[in-house]
Amino acid sequence: MEQLTIAGKSFRSRLMVGTGKYASLAQMREALAASNAEIVTVAVRRVNLDAREESILSYIDLNQYTLLPNTAGCHTAEEAIRTARLARAAGLSNWVKLEVIPNDGTLLPDPIATVEAAEQLVKEGFVVLPYTTDDHTVARRLLDVGCATIMPFASAIGTGQGLESLDRIARIVDVVAGRVPVVVDAGIGAPSDAALAMETGADAVLVNTAIAKAKDPIAMARAMAMAVEAGWLGRQAGRIPRSAVASPSSPEIGRIGSEAAAHP
Amino acid sequence: MQVTVNGKSMDVPDGLTVEGLLVQFNLVEERVAVEHNQRVLDRGAFAETVLASGDVIEVVRFVGGG
Repeated sequence: MEQLTIAGKSFRSRLMVGTGKYASLAQMREALAASNAEIVTVAVRRVNLDAREESILSYIDLNQYTLLPNTAGCHTAEEAIRTARLARAAGLSNWVKLEVIPNDGTLLPDPIATVEAAEQLVKEGFVVLPYTTDDHTVARRLLDVGCATIMPFASAIGTGQGLESLDRIARIVDVVAGRVPVVVDAGIGAPSDAALAMETGADAVLVNTAIAKAKDPIAMARAMAMAVEAGWLGRQAGRIPRSAVASPSSPEIGRIGSEAAAHP
Repeated sequence: MQVTVNGKSMDVPDGLTVEGLLVQFNLVEERVAVEHNQRVLDRGAFAETVLASGDVIEVVRFVGGG
C-alpha cells in the first residue's frame, strides 16, 4: 500500500485515531494497538492541582506514534493559537490539529477563524492539520496559507452520522488535487463510513468516538483499520461505473432448453 | 504573594520560580507546558522565571481527545 505522507513524514497506516472517551487509559492503549494507527490526537488541558492524575503519555509509546495535539475547546483563533503554542512547548511535537469551534452545541468549525489561525501558526513553523467544514472554498483557503492536510468533517463531531455529502468530499478532493492529504475527520460511525470516505478519495480518516464508544472498542479499532485499507485499495483499483441497465455475469450462449445457436 | 495558577488564586513564597511552583505541585517529572502572563515558556526557562505578585500562570498537560 502506498504510504501516506504529511509534511515529509511517511506513514503506513491511513487511519488516525483519537484518544478521548475511553473507559480507561489501558483500554485506549489496546485500541490504539488494534487500530494500527501511527498518528494519535490528544487534547491540551489544565493540570488538576488538587489531585494527582495519571499521565496519558505513560500509555502512548512515542517511538511508535506521532502525537497530534488538538486545539479542541477553543472558541477563537486567539485561543487556538495559544493552545497550539502550549502544546508545542511540551516539546514532543510541532504538529497541531487546529480546531476553532465557537459553538459547543453544534461543534461546527468557524472556517474564517480557522484560516486566520492556520496562517499564523504556519508562519510560526507549525505543521497545521485543520479541522474544517466540507466547503471546498474554505479548503482552498487553508491550502493557500500552507496547511499540511485538509480535514473536512463527514458530519458533526461525535454524531456517528457518517458522510453527509459524498459530493462535497469529492469536490474537496478535486480542489486539493493531491497537493496535501485529505483526511475525513469527525462523524464516522461505522467501518462502512470509513471505507466510503476512502473510496470517495480521502487519503486518510480520523476516528475517535466510533471506536471509543463501540461496545467492543478493540474489535472496532481493528474493523476500522480493515475498512480504511479496503476503501483505499478499492479506490486505487478503480470501481466500475454505475449503470442503469443490467448486464449478466454468466454467458448468454449455451443455456439449456434454448434453440441450438451457432457457437462462434 | 498572591498569584493565579490555573484560575485559582494562591499564596506562594516571594522569589518562587516556575520550576519551584512545579516542584510544589509534584509536576517536575511530568510533560507539562507553562504559560506565564499569556506568554508560553520554553522548558529551559522554568528555572530562571521568577514569579511576581499578581502573575497569572497556566499549567497544562496532554489528555485524551479527538
